[in-house]
Amino acid sequence: MQENNRGLGLFTLLVYLFLLGPLVIIALSSFEPGTVLKFPPTGFSLRWYQKIFEVEMFMKTFKTSMAVSLLGNLFALLLGIPAAYALSRFPFKGKDALNAVFLSPVLIPGIVLGFTMLKFLIVTYHLPIYTGLLVGHTVVMLPFIIRVVESSLANFDFAVEEAALSLGAGRLQTFFRVVLPNIKSGIIAAVLIAFLESFNNVDISVFMTGPGVSTLPIQMLTYVENYFDPTIAAISVLLMALTAVLMFVIERLMGLSYFTKR
Amino acid sequence: MALLSLEKVSVAYENQYILQNFDLSVEKGQLISLLGPSGCGKTTTLRLIAGFLEAKEGKFLLNGKDYTRIPVNKRNFGFVFQNYALFPHLSVYDNVAFGLRLRKVKEPEIRQRVTKVLDAVSLAGFEQRFPKALSGGQRQRVAIARALVIEPDLLLFDEPLSNLDANLRVSMRVEIRRIQQELGITTIYVSHDQEECFSISDRVAIMNKGIIEQLDRPAAIFKYPKTEFVARFIGFNNFIDFEQRSDSGDEIELKAKDRIFRAVRHPGMSGANGRKGAIRPDDIVVGTPEEIEAGVGCLTGRVKVSTFLGRSYQYVVETELGSFTANKEMESPFLSGQEVRLFFPREKLVLVE
Ligand SMILES: Nc1ncnc2c1ncn2[C@@H]1O[C@H](COP(=O)(O)OP(=O)(O)OP(=O)(O)O)[C@@H](O)[C@H]1O
Ligand SMILES: [Mg+2]
Repeated sequence: MQENNRGLGLFTLLVYLFLLGPLVIIALSSFEPGTVLKFPPTGFSLRWYQKIFEVEMFMKTFKTSMAVSLLGNLFALLLGIPAAYALSRFPFKGKDALNAVFLSPVLIPGIVLGFTMLKFLIVTYHLPIYTGLLVGHTVVMLPFIIRVVESSLANFDFAVEEAALSLGAGRLQTFFRVVLPNIKSGIIAAVLIAFLESFNNVDISVFMTGPGVSTLPIQMLTYVENYFDPTIAAISVLLMALTAVLMFVIERLMGLSYFTKR
Repeated sequence: MALLSLEKVSVAYENQYILQNFDLSVEKGQLISLLGPSGCGKTTTLRLIAGFLEAKEGKFLLNGKDYTRIPVNKRNFGFVFQNYALFPHLSVYDNVAFGLRLRKVKEPEIRQRVTKVLDAVSLAGFEQRFPKALSGGQRQRVAIARALVIEPDLLLFDEPLSNLDANLRVSMRVEIRRIQQELGITTIYVSHDQEECFSISDRVAIMNKGIIEQLDRPAAIFKYPKTEFVARFIGFNNFIDFEQRSDSGDEIELKAKDRIFRAVRHPGMSGANGRKGAIRPDDIVVGTPEEIEAGVGCLTGRVKVSTFLGRSYQYVVETELGSFTANKEMESPFLSGQEVRLFFPREKLVLVE
C-alpha cells in the first residue's frame, strides 16, 4: 500500500512537471539578457519586457484584441443572458436541440468554425475585417456566457421570482430587481471566462484577421516566424499572469469545479 | 355572497386535466384549508387562485369581479411559499418593503408599515439581517410579513410549515391563525397535515384526485364524513356494506347478512343517503361474549392480530362481515384466536356515500 502510494505520488509529480515545466522554462528564459532565447538564461534582465512596449505592432494588436474581446463580450452578454434565461426557465419544444446549438462552438473544432465564418462573413457577405473579427469573437464567447449564466440560474430558486411577481413586480422588474442581483457573480465569472477564451483565441482569429487588422496572439505568431529574441517569452509571461489573475477571480466567484463538471 | 368563487374551473398540464369543473367558494374573513393526499391538486388550486397558472375553462370571481385573466402581478394577493422564497440579496427590511416600493408608497409610510408588520410577527430588531442569517421559523415569519404588508385581498399559504420542526410548527400555526383573525384576511391554506388544518381552519376542504369531496367545518368533517374517501382519510378504518336501509324519524335501521344495526340520523350527517357504514377503531366496543350481550349492533368474531399501541391494545377481529379494527384500553389483552364480541354504538356509526 505504502509502496503503491509512493509510486502514485511520483507519477503525479511527473505529470505536473510535464505540464508546468514548459511554463517555467519560458518564464525563466524571458529574463535572458542576450538576443537569442536561451535556457537556462545567462543572466537577469528586463530588457525584453521593455521591448514589448517599444514594438508598435504589439501595442496596436493588443488594443485590437482588447477592443474585440470587450465589445464582443458585451454583445455576447446581451444575447447570452436572455438566451440562458429562456433555456433555464421556460419549457419549449426543441429546447435540447437549441442547447446543443449553443454548445456547438465548444464542440466544433475552432479551425472549422473559423474557416466557415471566413467563407460566409468575409467572402460571401463582404463584411469589413474588423466587423467580421467582432462577430467571430462574439460567437466564440456566446456559449461560455450561456453555459455559465444558465448554471447560476439553475441554482436560483424560481419561487423567489414568483414571490416578486406575487408582490406586484412585472417580468422585467423581476428580472432586474431580483434575478440579476442574485446571478451577478455568475455573470462576472462568465464575462471573465469568455474574455480569456476570446483574448487567447488563435484558431478563429487567424481566419478573420487581415491587412492592417490583427490580434495580439496572431501578431505573436507572425513575430516568432521572423525573430528569435526573448520578447515573445516576455509577452507570454504577461499573458500567463493575466490568465492566472482572472482564473483566481473566477475561482473566487464560482469555484473552479465549474470547469471540471459538465 | 361568497367573497371568492371558482366556477367550473379546469386546469391541465399538457392535455392532462388536474382540475375539472372545480367549484369552490370562500366567505370573507375565513380561513379555509385544502387538505388531501399528495398529488390531489392542492398546490394546483392555490397556484390557479394566485395567478401562476391559467384556467383552461371556468371563472374565478373575487368580490364579484372577474379575475380569471388578470395576471399574477396585478392581483394583490399575498403568497407564502413552502421554502419561504425570500430575496437573498435583500435585508429583512427590504424584503418586506419590496411590495410597497413597487406600489410607489412614500419612504416614511413604508418605514411605518414595515415596522408595524415586523412587530406583528415578532421580528422587531431583525430589520438589517439577511435571510441567510435567520432560522427557518424566522424566515417564514419574514415571508408572512412580506405578504401581509401589501394588505392583500387574499392570503395564500402553500404548506408554509412543512420545513419546520414539530414544536415550531405548532406555535407557528397558532401565530398564523392569530394574525389572520386579527387582520380579518380571507385566507386559503394548503397542507397535508390534518391536525394543522383542523386546528386553524374555519372550513376544511378535503380533496381527492382534483375534486373536493367535502367542504365543511372541521368538527363536522371529523364527526360526519360525507364519503368513504373522507372517512378513510380522517381515520374511520372500518366499513360495513349494508344491504338494506330503512329510515324512521331520527333512527336508521340497517341490515347486513340478517344482522341488524342502528344508526342515528344527525342533521350534520351529510352523507346520510348512503348504505355504507363507517366507524373509528376507538368507537367500536370490544369485549368477551360474556361482557357484551348479543343483540342489535353486535357482531361476534375471533381476534386475528393484537398489537400494543401504548395506551391501548389494537385488535383486528375477523367476523362474518369482514375484519374490523378496534382499540381498547385494558390491563391484560385478548389472545390471538380468542372469541370476542364487537358492539357498534348507534351514535358512532356514520353512513357515507
Ligand atoms: N408542472 C407540471 N407538469 C405536469 N404535471 C404536473 C405539474 N405540476 C403538477 N403536476 C401534476 O398535477 C397533479 C397535482 O399536483 P399538485 O402539485 O397540485 O399536488 P398537491 O396536492 O399539491 O400535492 P403535494 O401534497 O404533494 O404537494 C399531480 O399529479 C402532479 O403530478
Ligand atoms: Mg403541493
